Amino acid sequence: MGNINFESLLISIIGFSIVFLVLIILWAIIAVLRIVLERTGETAVAAPATAPTQDPGMVPAKGSLGEIKLYDVPDRIAALIMAIVADEMKAPLNELRFISIRKKK
Amino acid sequence: MDYSRILTLWEMSGFVGLFQHWETPVMLVIACVLLYLAIVKKFEPLLLVGIAFGMLLANLPFSDLMHMELFRGDPASVDYMAILHKGGLLDILYLGVKLGIYPCLIFMGVGAMTDFGPLMARPSSLILGAAAQLGVYAAFLLALFLGFMPNEAASIGIIGGADGPTAIFLTTKLAPHLLGPIAIAAYSYMALIPLIQPPIMMALTTKTERNVVMKQDRAVSRSTRIVFPIAVTIAIVLILPAVAPLIGCLMLGNLFRECGVTARLSDTTQNALMNIVTIFLATTVGATSIGFLPGESGQNVGFLSLETVKIIILGLLAFSFSTVGGVIFGKIMYRITGGKVNPLIGSAGVSAVPMAARVSQLVGQRANPSNFLLMHAMGPNVAGVIGSAVAAGFLLSMFGR
Repeated sequence: MGNINFESLLISIIGFSIVFLVLIILWAIIAVLRIVLERTGETAVAAPATAPTQDPGMVPAKGSLGEIKLYDVPDRIAALIMAIVADEMKAPLNELRFISIRKKK
Repeated sequence: MDYSRILTLWEMSGFVGLFQHWETPVMLVIACVLLYLAIVKKFEPLLLVGIAFGMLLANLPFSDLMHMELFRGDPASVDYMAILHKGGLLDILYLGVKLGIYPCLIFMGVGAMTDFGPLMARPSSLILGAAAQLGVYAAFLLALFLGFMPNEAASIGIIGGADGPTAIFLTTKLAPHLLGPIAIAAYSYMALIPLIQPPIMMALTTKTERNVVMKQDRAVSRSTRIVFPIAVTIAIVLILPAVAPLIGCLMLGNLFRECGVTARLSDTTQNALMNIVTIFLATTVGATSIGFLPGESGQNVGFLSLETVKIIILGLLAFSFSTVGGVIFGKIMYRITGGKVNPLIGSAGVSAVPMAARVSQLVGQRANPSNFLLMHAMGPNVAGVIGSAVAAGFLLSMFGR
């Protein structure tokens, strides 16, 4: 019964290995991109963190008891984070006070 | 009164053909059940509504919308002029499937909608995306064991990649006569992932492993996001040229999204183009599922055959094996990293974006309510899209004409 033979087993093993091989090559490509491209990128994004009070990306947003300061965080993400925290703490959102939400660099 | 005209009217109606073959009413019932699952149970409704309605239209007697006999035989020998002259609406639209156009356009939309950031932040996720292709090769061998030809077995195996467009793309190239059951199996099981995966994930992991809280991934710079689709396209297409249409479109869509100067194109690809192609693809793939289709020697080669039952069972096994592969490699990574990786994210390697990642999140949160695995699972999830395309490219290279 069936058409299984040594050749089909070999095709399966080689095929599965090729998937691994190609994705490992992609891993290497990402590692190289990280080394080559992100060296300059990291300095660019790290700079504002030294002076948070001067951060041009700071936007006051409402949504909790009092004002929240958002640093490089879109309103939508901030709303999601606040909703998750409120859900975890089993407390109404308007009874929680969020001081600031900052994107981790 | 001339009763012959009334008789003619009756003979021209579909009621006459409805019970000529028992398969026809059965297919209409199946189409209605799929519509119920899509609309009421919300099983992949964006696809299943189109698939089920296409199936309904194609099986209504004398509707003349779809003529599968025009597409029979070797893809190279299909008479496209005859299709344009004699074909119905669905025949014309089906050309986009037959020529492999729609799956590639869908991939472009998927690329435009996909954030590869989690993958780039944790590139080790790629291993999980590769491991979760285990089901492709397991189902390939099982299909051979059940008597399918190698090209048919390869098309059945790709169901384990849990990627509808890839399954359709490969099947139209290798075994177009099996397109209906393979597409139905692929999309149905993708909708059933929340039911298929959790028992396997629970069985293969311990409570300690499920409890692992993973650290936040690092940020990825914009330049890396832009270069990534270009570099991936060059690397993969050089290794496996057969997969160029799928990977090329996936990465072009992603480049539209990330490059920052083609916002309009990205928006069109993600929404208008994706929706239009989904309508055409789903409806015509559904329409290939014709209950009774006489073969060259008169036997039924339509949807309702023993082969379809075998494909449905093999599809389930393919999904299960892929989940097993992902979770086992997740456990290996858990050991290697000293418990920093939650093995549950391995199951998300079975493509099916973002459903499989959501399942990792849900099962993880059941073990530890404060655990958020979703973003960590998105890495293997998008790696699975690339992995299944690579697996398809390999099978196409092996069995394509």
